[in-house]
Amino acid sequence: MRPPSRVREMPILRVVARALVPVILLFGLYVQFHGDFGPGGGFQAGVIFAAGLIIFALTFGVEALRQVVSVVLTERLMAAGVLLYGAVGVLAMFLGGEFLNYTALDPLTTGHHGQHLGIIAIELGVGIAVAATIMRVYYAFVGRRPNGDGEPREPALGAEQGGGAS
Amino acid sequence: MIEKILVLEVVLPLLAAPVCVLVRHPRLCRLFSLGVVAVCFAIAVAVLLEVRGGGVISYQLGGWPPPLGIEYRVSTVNAYLLALVTAMALVVMSFDSRGGPPRVPEQRRHLYYAVFLLCISGLLGITITGDAFNIFVFLEISSLSSYILVSLGGHRRAVMSAFYYLVMGTIGGVFFMLGVGLLYQVTGTLNLRDIAARLEPSLDDRGTVLALALLVVGISIKLAVFPLHHWLPNAYSFAPPKVSAFLAATATKVSFYLLAMVLFTIFGAPFVFEELRLQAVLLPLSILAMFLASGAAIFQADLRRLLAYSSVAQIGYMTLGLSTANATGLAGGLVHLFNHAVMKGGLFLVVACLLYRVGSVHIDALAGIGRRMPFTSAALVIGGLSLIGVPGTVGFVSKWYLVSGVLERGWTAAAVLILLSSLLALVYVGKVVEAVYFRKPAETQPIDHVREAPLGMLAPAWVLAVAAVFFGLTTNWTYGVAREAAELLLAGGI
Repeated sequence: MRPPSRVREMPILRVVARALVPVILLFGLYVQFHGDFGPGGGFQAGVIFAAGLIIFALTFGVEALRQVVSVVLTERLMAAGVLLYGAVGVLAMFLGGEFLNYTALDPLTTGHHGQHLGIIAIELGVGIAVAATIMRVYYAFVGRRPNGDGEPREPALGAEQGGGAS
Repeated sequence: MIEKILVLEVVLPLLAAPVCVLVRHPRLCRLFSLGVVAVCFAIAVAVLLEVRGGGVISYQLGGWPPPLGIEYRVSTVNAYLLALVTAMALVVMSFDSRGGPPRVPEQRRHLYYAVFLLCISGLLGITITGDAFNIFVFLEISSLSSYILVSLGGHRRAVMSAFYYLVMGTIGGVFFMLGVGLLYQVTGTLNLRDIAARLEPSLDDRGTVLALALLVVGISIKLAVFPLHHWLPNAYSFAPPKVSAFLAATATKVSFYLLAMVLFTIFGAPFVFEELRLQAVLLPLSILAMFLASGAAIFQADLRRLLAYSSVAQIGYMTLGLSTANATGLAGGLVHLFNHAVMKGGLFLVVACLLYRVGSVHIDALAGIGRRMPFTSAALVIGGLSLIGVPGTVGFVSKWYLVSGVLERGWTAAAVLILLSSLLALVYVGKVVEAVYFRKPAETQPIDHVREAPLGMLAPAWVLAVAAVFFGLTTNWTYGVAREAAELLLAGGI
């Protein structure tokens, strides 16, 4: 197992990562919200967003990322994303349509706006759930001890190098 | 009204799972999931009452009409399965396991309930949906969650058997997926009724025959049909006892429904049983399962493994009923779904009681336990008698109709073999009863400290034991519905 501190001493990586991470996160949001006009959508956006945060963790240490997004928060967001998706469907039922019938979300006009609103809301749910799941998977991997036996340990790999947030 | 909320049958447990993750309080989650399952059961019963006598409820997801959109379509066949799965889920959920599976610490217990709800939702989804690809999605939801549930068994080998189950289950899922893909290529649609209407199966059409082969093998792995059953004994005996009870009572039953639906609704009985003659494979395998798995059960030293092998044998009875392809035999197979769920679910709950008090279900460790735990042991005996098929229990009802169906078909030898295999059940059940009631406890394992199981555990086990006798005496509900379902399936309906 390579100690993460070696990575963190590389100035090129740090500078490039610092420049790239915000762009990646922004691109994730773009893919999320532009998904109904062009290629993209919740799943891809979630993966890109989580990938940006994971690059951040790889260069600056898991502890730094954990301060931004805790493990418990990823679990909550996973559930919240799914619930958002389901809630849109149930809301449509309350408004008189079938489950996930977005037309019912807009009873005033012909339903065109309902389709729009519905797809944006459920894709947001997908994006949140996917991003959180990928981060949780990452946390689960780095949380394991190198020799691989026993329970996942919550102070993750790299913690003994003392944080690393710059 | 009921046709407006049909979708809630699947959506409620599916959304209750993330709610459990957010709530994070183990006791609250348990009560919440119990409530959700109770509502699902109520919906399932209402649906069953609505569709009996030939009714059909169709629900269009998102308002997209079939065959383009996903359709949930319920007739007597799957309403029967919905009621069965939710009833068993309700009984097993109400079983108070006093601390849950050993591997799950208190602060992560809520995830256990979330996974349990996902498993229920997947099984209900497979049953309710009228869309082939949707079946695959729900198959994966239920399978993935049951691998997790099995791995929580505490024993080191639980993880290994869950992994083995995962490998086998994934192969089954892939076969199923390939079969659906071929059907889509042949018919250009994924709606089950639409596939059935467009498909003109013939032996010359390689694609169709291959699709049938892939679907049958894939589902047979999930169903644990005899030579593909190897994952089942380990999975059931190392899973947490509550999970074994739930999976034994529901997972294989849903797979059986899937197999019947593929054979009768999609491909149609005339093609499968007259042109292709699938019974030439299915019948010998069923009989082998009845004898070899029962034989293996006799030599098991652990009660859970014994019951697991007995499950493989009982699946043999169900597929035997399927291969007769007449109304009596198929109804016998379908009624055995319910009957086996009741008795095996009850027996696995008894195992859970014994594990809680005795700490082991090795048959030697159970010697003389009948005096210390009279109610638990009595439930064990009722379940055992039902496995043998003693008149007055549900096991007798199933075997009666199976034998009638087989005789109607003119397979006298198979009828004799069914009766002979009951003798094997007599041996393995007798072995357990002998240890529990007539053997003296081993001196190395004193059982003086063992008390009767607490009421929260005993009550659900007894509900199923009483049901095993009740439905053994009144067959109007169970056989009535199963007969109607069988006639519907033979007519190619769903």
